[in-house]
Amino acid sequence: MYDRHKLDAIKAEKEQWDCGPVEKACAKFPERKTIFTTISGEEVNRLYTPLDVADSDYETKLGFPGEYPFTRGVQPTMYRGRFWTMRQYAGFGTAKETNERYRYLLEQGQTGLSVAFDLPTQSGYDSDHPLSMGEVGKVGVAIDSVDDMRVLFDQIPLDKETTSMTINAPATVLLAMYLALAEEQGVPYHKVGGTVQNDILKEIICRGQYIYPPHPSMRLTVDLIKFCYEQVPKWNTISISGYHIREAGSTAAQEMAFTIANGITYVQSCIDRGMEVDSFAPRLSFFYNAFTNVLEEVAKFRAGRRYWAKVMKERFGSQNPRSMMMRYHVQTGGVTLTAQQPINNVIRVALQTLATAYGGAQSLHTNSYDEALCLPTEEAVTVALRTQQIVAEESGAADTIDPLAGSYYVEAMTDRIEEEIDDYIKKIDAMGGTLKAIEEGYIQKEIQDSAYRFQREIESNERIYVGINKYTMEEPPPTNLLKVDPKQREIETEKLEILRTERNEKVWKAALDRLAEVSRTGDNVMPAVIEAVKARATVGEICDVWRDIWGEYRPKEFV
Amino acid sequence: MAGEKRIKVIMAKPGLDGHDRGAKLLARVFAEAGMEVVYTGLRQTPEMIVDAALQEDADVVGLSSLSGVHNYFFPRVVELLKERGLDDVLVVGGGIIPEEDITGLKEAGVAAIFGPGTKTKDIVGFIEKNVR
Repeated sequence: MYDRHKLDAIKAEKEQWDCGPVEKACAKFPERKTIFTTISGEEVNRLYTPLDVADSDYETKLGFPGEYPFTRGVQPTMYRGRFWTMRQYAGFGTAKETNERYRYLLEQGQTGLSVAFDLPTQSGYDSDHPLSMGEVGKVGVAIDSVDDMRVLFDQIPLDKETTSMTINAPATVLLAMYLALAEEQGVPYHKVGGTVQNDILKEIICRGQYIYPPHPSMRLTVDLIKFCYEQVPKWNTISISGYHIREAGSTAAQEMAFTIANGITYVQSCIDRGMEVDSFAPRLSFFYNAFTNVLEEVAKFRAGRRYWAKVMKERFGSQNPRSMMMRYHVQTGGVTLTAQQPINNVIRVALQTLATAYGGAQSLHTNSYDEALCLPTEEAVTVALRTQQIVAEESGAADTIDPLAGSYYVEAMTDRIEEEIDDYIKKIDAMGGTLKAIEEGYIQKEIQDSAYRFQREIESNERIYVGINKYTMEEPPPTNLLKVDPKQREIETEKLEILRTERNEKVWKAALDRLAEVSRTGDNVMPAVIEAVKARATVGEICDVWRDIWGEYRPKEFV
Repeated sequence: MAGEKRIKVIMAKPGLDGHDRGAKLLARVFAEAGMEVVYTGLRQTPEMIVDAALQEDADVVGLSSLSGVHNYFFPRVVELLKERGLDDVLVVGGGIIPEEDITGLKEAGVAAIFGPGTKTKDIVGFIEKNVR
């Protein structure tokens, strides 16, 4: 990007500056640390200059927004056209309570829905299953059947709002319920838009909501992708997630690297099932974390976009630019929140929101400041949404595209993170792919090592965390915490009893038998799943059909 | 106790919660502090946890929950331990547990609750001091 002579001159001047003013200043006032690092442990230099980006070629490395390699963003106008989608993840208690929260959020200017399911739903158990004890309606809404889904979206038109559903192992079942509901509302499949997470690999790596062994799990994932390509063209069929990898302790570069490694595995699996890369790849989406170290996060997003574009073009031979775009949702970092002095979390979330806006995300969930203590109260959720609105409307971050491009530091960090991603992808390829690397515990161990290093740094005060190891204070126990009605399970159990007596036993039985039959063949399960949910089969009953055929996954633990 | 036999800890995740960063991290910290640690993995019922404690002849059971099910699971584990004659096993818990629930959990027999931000050396110290 720079003229050779100019660079030589800068180099000479920098050496003088290092030996002169810098040395003098350090002799008088030593710097705060001998080595500065980001929260991920990346070393940070005193100063970045054109020397750090000397080999960078603008056209090949950066280019223009909406054009390959998409470093500067996936759309030509980005937030000058419209802001990112402000999508708050919410769900608790019964479908009715959650429906009320959704309608409140939409009234407050939220621009998309995001469903949090409770753990029994995510693990494919009905509310009355013994393992559901204590969990019904706790971390999300309890959905057992299409009846609950109908209540959840009461007065919400499915052709107007898009819905993101955090559901993985039973993704086919919840999508089927959503489609059945759309049909009831008279909305054709091709008008239904939204996202299912459908990312089973990261469940196995770190999030824990798996049901079946990896291979049949991957089959369900691909069945869903294929079905949507054929019939629900506006649906984002997978949200390949780094969020939870970061929450589990990874660095920023590892988050991006392991997510891309998983992405490669999904793309390859679809190709192996006979799909053309450019048929399904435009509907792949991603999901990342945003921590408080703003510049590192921005570099991570830019590096990820550039690397993914290259993977799609060079490795998979994609010809469609849409397939090469890494479109992604962001959630601010749950683990960055402190239970101590919780109001400080508002500031953390604001910085993370700024990082997300600078980074060029397509949608964002901002965490509520009370989430290290409990499920968020309505007041805390409102502040979180307002944080996004302030960054969007007041900060100016949304007014020009990729505003940090050309910063010597940000560009150097982008390059460095991209190199780290590349190292990991090569290593995982050499191991025989992601499934192999997971089986051997390699990815899990890398993440755990990073988590351990971070904890050590905090406890030795090498890294400062406000309210944890510095600026601590005595405070009264927090009040005004959201409580979920402990009677939840009884309420759901009663509904299930009614459902089981009301429904047409013959139709229900036939639908489940048909599902079992299809699942044993290589045919796509989606049509049979849709028939089963219409026959009012429950999440647990459908998942049990597959438990009988494929068994349950029990991972080796790597500690 | 120190010097005679290594302290044996069962680290367990009761219920369906998948957040195991804390449990795995502590397993490593305990091992480095000289304890013997068995991590059960996810989705444990109280019965499974107590079976593991019995089988491993554990001194300590560490329970981790971030999904809000502690009030059901933690007391149930203590109760089952007593039923199986394992009264002397020290039960400690951690995760996202509201202050107001702590008294009830302690009355039910959980020796200590460690919330977010606790120093791991404090947890190690507590176990070394209180193990029976």
